[in-house]
Amino acid sequence: MKILVCMKQVPQKDAPLKLNEAGTWIREEVSYEVNEPDAYALEEALRQKEKHTGEVVVITSGPARSQQVLREALAKGADRAIHLEDDAFVGLDAFNTAKAFAAAIKDEQFDLIFTGLQSDDYGFAQTGVILAELLGWAHATIIMQIEKTEAGIRVKRELEAGYFQYVDMPTPAVLTIQSGINKLRYATLIGIKNAKNKPMRKVAMAEVASAIGPNLQKIERLYVPQKSKQTQLLEGSPGEIAKKLVDKLRNELRAI
Amino acid sequence: MADTILVVVEQQQGKLNRASWETIAAGQTIAAATGWALEAAVVGASIGEVAVEVAGKKLAKVYAIDAVVLGAYTPDAFAVALKQLVEAIQPKLVIMPHTYQVRDFAPKLAASLGRSLISDCIAFRKDDTSGQLLFTRQMFQGKFAADVTFQSEAPWFATFQNGSFRGDHAEDGAAPAPVEAFAVTIADGVVRNKPEAWFKEAKAAVDLTQAEIIVAIGRGIKEEKNIAIAQALADALGGEVAASRPICDNGWLPMDRQVGSSGQTVAPKVYIALGISGAIQHVVGMKGARAIIAINKDAEAPIFEIADYAVVGNLFDIVPPLTEEVKKARAGA
Ligand SMILES: Cc1cc2nc3c(=O)[nH]c(=O)nc-3n(C[C@H](O)[C@H](O)[C@H](O)COP(=O)(O)OP(=O)(O)OC[C@H]3O[C@@H](n4cnc5c(N)ncnc54)[C@H](O)[C@@H]3O)c2cc1C
Repeated sequence: MKILVCMKQVPQKDAPLKLNEAGTWIREEVSYEVNEPDAYALEEALRQKEKHTGEVVVITSGPARSQQVLREALAKGADRAIHLEDDAFVGLDAFNTAKAFAAAIKDEQFDLIFTGLQSDDYGFAQTGVILAELLGWAHATIIMQIEKTEAGIRVKRELEAGYFQYVDMPTPAVLTIQSGINKLRYATLIGIKNAKNKPMRKVAMAEVASAIGPNLQKIERLYVPQKSKQTQLLEGSPGEIAKKLVDKLRNELRAI
Repeated sequence: MADTILVVVEQQQGKLNRASWETIAAGQTIAAATGWALEAAVVGASIGEVAVEVAGKKLAKVYAIDAVVLGAYTPDAFAVALKQLVEAIQPKLVIMPHTYQVRDFAPKLAASLGRSLISDCIAFRKDDTSGQLLFTRQMFQGKFAADVTFQSEAPWFATFQNGSFRGDHAEDGAAPAPVEAFAVTIADGVVRNKPEAWFKEAKAAVDLTQAEIIVAIGRGIKEEKNIAIAQALADALGGEVAASRPICDNGWLPMDRQVGSSGQTVAPKVYIALGISGAIQHVVGMKGARAIIAINKDAEAPIFEIADYAVVGNLFDIVPPLTEEVKKARAGA
């Protein structure tokens, strides 16, 4: 099986984020990490390859810094990487990102494309599904299990409120992967060493520019959301806070 | 292009979900702001009764797309059917609830028409001076909100997060809206996925919905062994331990203790969130709690937006003395 994994670099979960002057985006000088569901998507691709042989290719779009997610993926066992490298990729909407990916892989033949089910930054949950539409492939979202069958694949979709569903589908297909589908591996020292010699294809904006167009949606303003609730802030030493909380639990909430 | 808004409601086995009424309420709000007409579409097999139920709301018209291939949901059939409706009636705006089902097909539907979807919105506003329609959505896991506009020709597509509008605010019509059957053609071979019936994993061992007090832990608990700290507090209070998704993904607690959109929905008297950031998929499962106490070291964590009592600090410093104080209070009571 030849599998492409779309991965994205996003601000680290605990990174303190600040707005830029214009209030349209965050200040970029924060630490970054791999978007969590994308890490699970990569792990799943590596496991499928281990079971059925094949190739795992990773792709990302973004500035030079985002190469880090590809390096980590190569260290974990991906065979090669494709980097659409340009600052401008950060601002593309989901439609354009999908178009850029489709253009970058037009000479490849994958059986499966995995993406994380959504990113921690924009949270569109769209890029994978749009990519499937552009390629004319079947797709399924929020996937928690994948098995190869004679006719294609059988996947387990997560649904709301603890429900699941199995779906049989043909390949090639795009699947968006949910966190928790598997247990993540760590890169080994030897893996990190080997990664240095693995192929990394760079794709410049100019090479895909003809495939994309103006964004079809625009962030007019980014801001800290307004609080809707009256919140009592409890302060003091841990001992004082504990006493205050017990007072609230007993006298205001009648929970003790 | 007609000046209309089309609401696509969602039904499963002949039952409308709550998000459908919320999306009708959203449509009525947008219709009031823009002066556009509001229509609805019901998609499925044998959905006649559902269409009549929807037609009781204040709507100009209800389209019933009734076909056997739409009985078991597939993204191929739904996207093709709705594409045909949108091409035929040319609405300006199409809105849907941001459910698992909609997020599976809506990006495909919009892309198949060369149009854009603003997904997972929480609010809508029309700017009086510019006349722009602004759709608000969360970004960076709820740390920020963004006002987003469409930059293309209509039709525009938007989905609304559960709970963004109140379903009980969906107004009834003076008279039932006309229901019009809309016939679609879905050729053989269009539908590629073969879905099976929904099922639940092993029966839940604990019923969190009955718990009066819940002590919930998130990734801030750091290590599996630290769960004992939360368990001690829950025991002292006579409550249950619950968790955010990453804790259950790690296998540290069973899935039946997960609170949120893919887990349990709870409404206890007191919900104590320890080291939980407050991502919307968690919040939808617990915002109905009568009181929310949040302990988080990040003063800007979104959980504080919905907390009644906020403690900014390290849970490992605060929880052990809190457990002791609770025990003392109970012993004295
Ligand atoms: C389709 C879908 C379904 C989902 N379903 C669910 C669901 O059902 N339930 C669910 O919970 N999530 C669900 N999620 C995941 C959700 O988006 C979040 O990723 C998740 O809720 C984050 O969990 P968390 O708050 O524990 O972790 P994080 O977001 O990493 O937050 C950890 C928090 O701990 C704080 N912290 C760290 N150390 C300390 C300390 N020592 N003391 C105090 N505070 C500390 C940090 O400041 C941070 O705010 C779903 C996501 C998707 C896309």
